[in-house]
Amino acid sequence: MSVVSEPLHAGNVHGALRRRPFSRWNETVVKGLLAACATVSLVTTFAIIFVLAEETIAFFREVSLSDFFLETRWRPLAGRPSFGIWELVAGTVNVVIWSLVIAVPIGLASAIYLSEYAQKRTRNTLKPMLEALAGVPTVVYAYFALNFVTLDILRPVLGNDVPIFNAFAASVMLAVMILPTIASISEDAMSSVPRDLREAAYGLGATKLEVATRVVLPAALSGVIASILLAIARVVGETMIVAIAAGSTPNLTLWPLSTIQTMTGFMLQVGLGDAARGTVDYQSLFAVGSMLFVITLLFNIAATWFVGRFREVYE
Amino acid sequence: MVQLRSPRPLSEGELQETKPNVEPHSITSSAARRPDAIIDPPEDAVFSISELSLWYGHKQALGDVTFKIPVNRVTALIGPSGCGKSTLIRCLNRMNDLITGVRTTGVVSYHGQDVYAPDIDPVEVRRRIGMVFQKPNPFPKSIYENVAFGAKVNGYKGNMGQLVEQSLRQAALWNEVKDELKKSGLALSGGQQQRLCIARALAVQPDVILMDEPCSALDPIATLKIEDLIRELVKDYTIIIVTHNMQQAARVSDYTAFMLADEQGAGRLIEYRPASEVFTNPKDKRTEDYITGRFG
Amino acid sequence: MATAPVILRARGRVAVRQAVSRASAYLFLGASLVGVFVLLLLAYETISVGAGRLSWDFISNYPSRFAERAGLRSSAIGTVWVLGLTVIMALPVAVGTAIWIEEFAPRNRALTVVKLNLANLAGVPSIIYGVLGLTVFSRFFGFGSTIMAGAFTVSLMILPMTVIASQEAIRQVPSSIRDGALALGATQWQTVWYHVLPGAAPGIITGIILAVSRAAGETAALIMIGAFTFIAFDNTSPFEDFTTVPIQIYNWTIRPQEEFRENAAAAIIVLMVAVLSLNLLAAVIRERFRRS
Repeated sequence: MSVVSEPLHAGNVHGALRRRPFSRWNETVVKGLLAACATVSLVTTFAIIFVLAEETIAFFREVSLSDFFLETRWRPLAGRPSFGIWELVAGTVNVVIWSLVIAVPIGLASAIYLSEYAQKRTRNTLKPMLEALAGVPTVVYAYFALNFVTLDILRPVLGNDVPIFNAFAASVMLAVMILPTIASISEDAMSSVPRDLREAAYGLGATKLEVATRVVLPAALSGVIASILLAIARVVGETMIVAIAAGSTPNLTLWPLSTIQTMTGFMLQVGLGDAARGTVDYQSLFAVGSMLFVITLLFNIAATWFVGRFREVYE
Repeated sequence: MVQLRSPRPLSEGELQETKPNVEPHSITSSAARRPDAIIDPPEDAVFSISELSLWYGHKQALGDVTFKIPVNRVTALIGPSGCGKSTLIRCLNRMNDLITGVRTTGVVSYHGQDVYAPDIDPVEVRRRIGMVFQKPNPFPKSIYENVAFGAKVNGYKGNMGQLVEQSLRQAALWNEVKDELKKSGLALSGGQQQRLCIARALAVQPDVILMDEPCSALDPIATLKIEDLIRELVKDYTIIIVTHNMQQAARVSDYTAFMLADEQGAGRLIEYRPASEVFTNPKDKRTEDYITGRFG
Repeated sequence: MATAPVILRARGRVAVRQAVSRASAYLFLGASLVGVFVLLLLAYETISVGAGRLSWDFISNYPSRFAERAGLRSSAIGTVWVLGLTVIMALPVAVGTAIWIEEFAPRNRALTVVKLNLANLAGVPSIIYGVLGLTVFSRFFGFGSTIMAGAFTVSLMILPMTVIASQEAIRQVPSSIRDGALALGATQWQTVWYHVLPGAAPGIITGIILAVSRAAGETAALIMIGAFTFIAFDNTSPFEDFTTVPIQIYNWTIRPQEEFRENAAAAIIVLMVAVLSLNLLAAVIRERFRRS
């Protein structure tokens, strides 16, 4: 009879059960390799922070903090350069505001429909279609913003005074880009609201609309806010749509039909150009990048915090 | 039904409702334990468990369990939910090591060797002590691959086909599946899946088989088949079975251990004697109450 | 005694509220169809403008300053190179990280830090990855604006989402399978290799396909490492300069001439077909293995 294990008795049992360091060495090697994989992500974060910080510090040796935060004009290549960050921030805020104005009502309305009104089959068809929007490359949205929105709609309708690069066209396509984020996450939040809350309201004679807007939506509010914060983070970080459609002229305005430049748009401009290392224009890329990194990080952390608050209540 | 896990003094009203001569159970003082309720079996012991206690974090789940498990016998662990019987059985093959925050004290001596000694490899322990789980868990692979897996990872170089056939025969499954070894293990019925899991355990040639409520997910006919199998297997193996079915324990086991959780929730061994004596003439009143169905 | 008839039909204010509620249902339905409508509009626009440009020549020509002669050849080859290298580099690291997190890591503070860090990395804008790639891979390691620099950069960018998808897939494998294997005396790695990974494979593959689809459309990060150049040759080595289809789309979109707009639209059709196919493949794999 062939044997997988020999019979045990008091004499051989210790030897049989003993930990054998060498026969388990490949287990240790494998564990080490896997842990090494995990450190790649940690190293990436350190690298991002280090890379940004190094040149940002160099930047602030040339440009004072008060110039950066108190000046309003961003003219890094002018004869008398000016490095006020607010024009770029205004450009970003501009598109954030107008894309939210468009996307939040539509996104929430979609979420309400999917979670409160739609049948299961409708929901299972529509939700994936909505999520397909998230898979469209942003350069495609950028093309659409410039050609379809500005050239085919805005100018014919509003006349040729509309700048060919304007914040509104970018905002429209940014809204389309973040629609799945807002709709999907808000819908998840609303669906998690327990049935009893709805039934209590119906029992009191409320209509479906009232239940959806006055009971479910407020109950899901933390989740909805989280979705909006995530959407803001995505808009702030988006580059191609604003670089192509919104313009490369820093402009301290929130008016949507103006040509502007966002933080990301400026960064791309530097990337396309020939700024040499050591020059303040090269360093300005990193200063703006640090600002961008911090802002998106804060919004992502805030979103996670709101998701945590939502889970506390409902899970 | 009296709750044992967190006994509180019964109010007047509740005392009226429950059977009049059942008092709240308290297991604090050792004076409450009947010393002759736990015996030493005359056969050679495979396991000698001594003062075994286990904590999940700060919560104690086993309290000072001490007894010996004889070779080539079926030992059954019975007791109400939460008494620690599954926890105890999982200590024997160090499966509890896989749960974070678990701490054990005491000795689990297997053929004279403490399996919790620092230089002992839990993987080697689990090779020698097989386990069958409550819900049959065949791998999503073919019947052949299910049975062969244990032997394969333990470096078996002999004739695998023969080993698979032998294990399936021992598990009384060979005749039912011999023409369909490539079929998925999941395509079998519940009872067949459990026998497949037994065959899988047997293929590694352990000398002890632990069974954690092996029939609770099966229908009565499948259950009887497994009970017959247990009586066959015990000729070559030592079997330790956890069951909440007292009739099964009475039918199948040679020795029966009755456990109960104390006020802190720690499982303690109350009575351990030959099965025939436990079920006809229990020495401890708590055993008698459990067996006669007064609680649990 | 006669009782007053019970009136159950809505009257007065209640009727108004009910009517508003029913009307709003259509409003909400409309809102959820906006996305679909936009997708269809986008498809219509690009097809009507660009379909005419699609031809074998278009795919096999190099870019040119003459729009009619310009084509996708070099950018398509560059895209394939970058995506291929990205999968080779990112997949093992991502799956390894996920396995470590789910199966091997001790449950302590270090693990929480790693998980938190991954979640944050997933939210970092792609242009920041571009800046990272520029500084570390292009300048420090000297890969310049070659395919290697692009592949490293994109690999880091898709790492967080691939790890998270793999983690999800690994978690779906029931613990009873692990228990069964461990009880037979298998080591942790044997359990992972023979049971957990095969079980998680569909989910992991779906995750990497979606990540590749995301990488295929990436523009900003690759522009930052210098891929915006005129490439009129086929890439045969990862140490050459390159361009990708999205960058080519960008290139044509910013040119004012109408003919380049047609080129851009045609290239978008090609890119969207690729992206949609990948997403469809991922969905099919997910569905097929959900049933079994």
